[in-house]
Amino acid sequence: MKSFAPIALVIAVLTAVPLLVHSNVVLNFLVVALMIALAGQGWNILGGYGGQYSFGHAIFFGTGAYVTAILQVQYGINAWLAFGAGIVAGAAVGVVVGWLAFRAGLRGSYFALVTLAFAEVLRILASVAPITGAGVGTLVKLDLRFAALQFESRALFYWLILALVAVALVVTYAVERSRFGAWLTAVRENEDAARALGVDAVAVKLGAMVISGAITAAAGCFYVQYFLFVDSHIAYGAWISVEALLTPIIGGAGTIFGPLVGALVVKALGEGALLVTGQAPGLDLVVFGIVLIAVVGLSPRGIVGLRQQLGARFGSRRGAGEASRG
Amino acid sequence: MLSPVILIPALLNGLLTGAVYALVALGLTLIYGVLHIINFAHGALLTAAMFAAYFAFKVLGIDPYLSVFIIAPLFFAVGYALQRFVIGLASHGEDRNMLLVTLGLAVVIENALLFGFRGDTRTIDVPYAFQTIDLGFTYLAVPRLVGFVAVFVVALILWLIMSLTDIGRAIRAVAKEKLGAQLSGIDVAHVYAVTFGLGTACVAVAACLLMPTYYVNPGAGNAFVLIAFTIVVLGGMGSVPGAVLGGLMIGVVESLSSLFLGDSLGQVGIFLIFIAVLLVRPQGLFGANA
Amino acid sequence: MAEPLLSVEGVSRRFGGLLAVGGVSMAVREGSITALIGPNGAGKTTMFALISGFLKPSDGIVRFGGADVTGEPAHRLARRGIARTFQIVQPFAGLTVRENIRVGAHLRHPERSAAFAAAEAVAREVGLEGLLDAPADSLTVAGRKRLELAKALATEPKLLLLDEVLAGLNPSEIRDIIPVIRSLRDRGITILMIEHVMQAVMSLAERVYVLAEGRLIAEGTPEGVAADAAVIEAYLGHGAAKRLARSP
Repeated sequence: MKSFAPIALVIAVLTAVPLLVHSNVVLNFLVVALMIALAGQGWNILGGYGGQYSFGHAIFFGTGAYVTAILQVQYGINAWLAFGAGIVAGAAVGVVVGWLAFRAGLRGSYFALVTLAFAEVLRILASVAPITGAGVGTLVKLDLRFAALQFESRALFYWLILALVAVALVVTYAVERSRFGAWLTAVRENEDAARALGVDAVAVKLGAMVISGAITAAAGCFYVQYFLFVDSHIAYGAWISVEALLTPIIGGAGTIFGPLVGALVVKALGEGALLVTGQAPGLDLVVFGIVLIAVVGLSPRGIVGLRQQLGARFGSRRGAGEASRG
Repeated sequence: MLSPVILIPALLNGLLTGAVYALVALGLTLIYGVLHIINFAHGALLTAAMFAAYFAFKVLGIDPYLSVFIIAPLFFAVGYALQRFVIGLASHGEDRNMLLVTLGLAVVIENALLFGFRGDTRTIDVPYAFQTIDLGFTYLAVPRLVGFVAVFVVALILWLIMSLTDIGRAIRAVAKEKLGAQLSGIDVAHVYAVTFGLGTACVAVAACLLMPTYYVNPGAGNAFVLIAFTIVVLGGMGSVPGAVLGGLMIGVVESLSSLFLGDSLGQVGIFLIFIAVLLVRPQGLFGANA
Repeated sequence: MAEPLLSVEGVSRRFGGLLAVGGVSMAVREGSITALIGPNGAGKTTMFALISGFLKPSDGIVRFGGADVTGEPAHRLARRGIARTFQIVQPFAGLTVRENIRVGAHLRHPERSAAFAAAEAVAREVGLEGLLDAPADSLTVAGRKRLELAKALATEPKLLLLDEVLAGLNPSEIRDIIPVIRSLRDRGITILMIEHVMQAVMSLAERVYVLAEGRLIAEGTPEGVAADAAVIEAYLGHGAAKRLARSP
């Protein structure tokens, strides 16, 4: 992406939404969509830019959620600090899992499997460990004060999650333009060729895993503050691993706006499917799955990529022009 | 320490359970061996086959041990069509895309079943469900014994297909050297689809063997497939004997660790083995060095 | 004589029971073009992988610029100044030519703008300046070979390992690229090249090493090596040298 202007514009427009829309239903929809977008933005750094497809990003979401909840409930720590600690914990999990997996040279199917397995181990452990509330889960006390990071107004929650998404957009923008980002993309395209050019592939992937983990963990921290509850299925369940990868892939993996576009589309489709069938479970996910397969088949760079593909076909040569201004 | 009176039956039971795991893993490892991808739709296909066996019994009154002869070929066709017309086309030959497409298929199949049949857990009643054989010191459940024998029959059939038929030779050629096989006129898309079909037929057999003693709901296959991943990694991705041995081994490990640690933590034990093998020896315990 | 920039001392590499390279010693003088030749399967590309850190030697020592660098990983050797091209070109297929070269340029230029500027300079040097915005996977074979060279050059190496950069090119494309390689040497880059195109070896190299079945069978000037009986036999089969000597 050439300049920062589109990001500023998108953030400005989204910031104005609660001033114009007062429906709690709409705001609630947007809050959840932005939360999924945030989880997807984390996945996008590692999977979209780095080409390492994680099938277990729940390890970060769940860790962020549990750390935020447990620090408040069990240790009486301030919610803002607990939120920050949740993000740090996500990054730390990224270091551990990334170090183990990348040092062992796991790629492709193997990397997908090992992330999936870690998520499953954490889910089972969380469902039996006393500190997580085991099978019952952990409930955060209702305390509608700013100091407790809880708001009576949906709009404030909306702005909180939007601020997090905005930070992730800026981080993605910075990664995309930096040397780190160039190296990360190079590793995605051809790891051996990148190594020959002086790229420490393990370190670069590990860095991506840490950033990725922190961002997706932030979505988990937010979940706890918004819903005030977490259990092992929410935290480490397959649903969030799937949604975290679904949104960037559908919106456009390896693009700045991919996860955001993907989350809005996916959530809108899901709501639509539920409306049509009167809340019968399952159909929304069937739609997601079909869209996922269709996007992979028709436009490997998602909806954002589709726009670029069409642009190129009509001869505007946008992509080339952008690159030359570099 | 536990006495042999408890330990030996646990061991035997582990072997019998492991046999069904091995069947699920056989399909997975076969697909990996040739297509070099992990089929993340494997669990959902297992669930679908279990539903097929369930309705064959409930609606048509066909015993699972008979319906297997219809359902296995049917699922061979399903697998063939999925690979040929969905996975193959949508992935443009890229491994990463194949992963995503099989994951997408899993989401579609599992939730279509949820949408169609709700989350209810269903079982069938067959007269032999609780029949046992008295070994003197312990009893063995007949349906599980049937499963144990079936694994070796299926493995034998696969081995015969691979070594005696033209398509088997083509599959082995593609697995070894795709480009070379292509150049010598082998239709790789067809071979991929046949392999995927065979792998899917394996889960269909497993489904029919499970139904007499197990239940089905839209998530039922997942429990098996995570274990099957472990087995495939343990046995060496793509190795058929590895899958059989790995399956039996995991069955025993699960049975023994449940005995000592309880059911949930017993599962953790399996996944820890899984992660450890992935990290330390990704080629598997029985696989050759890369 | 000054210490060579690269010296390889008794290096071996086994794959299971197979000896791919056995006890090879070579020295590459700073500022020279040295060629490594030999029949197919002689172990030349394995030798490159050992020098550039993609494989670890089972035995022996690799020295670069006086330091023992045996077994160091590829990215660290690149930082020391060893760059390599691949026999089968390895472009970053989804990126443009400019972005491809930029990846290499980042090794010495952390800043984005500096890396792009350096990438453009390298593109001019290898004759890719007209194709900077083309996707790498749209290039012709000759274009891909130039890109492979450009990426390696962008790391500003002291030693450049060229693995058959001329293979697959037609005679006029070869004529175009030979002066490029010579000019690199003239501006101080030491070059070690694997090459099958003998015309290029004879005109470029000052020293030639010949590998056959993993062992060094000859070394010397291009002319000297071309006349060496062991070399002729390695290429043309047992007894070939005698038959050639008999024929007029």
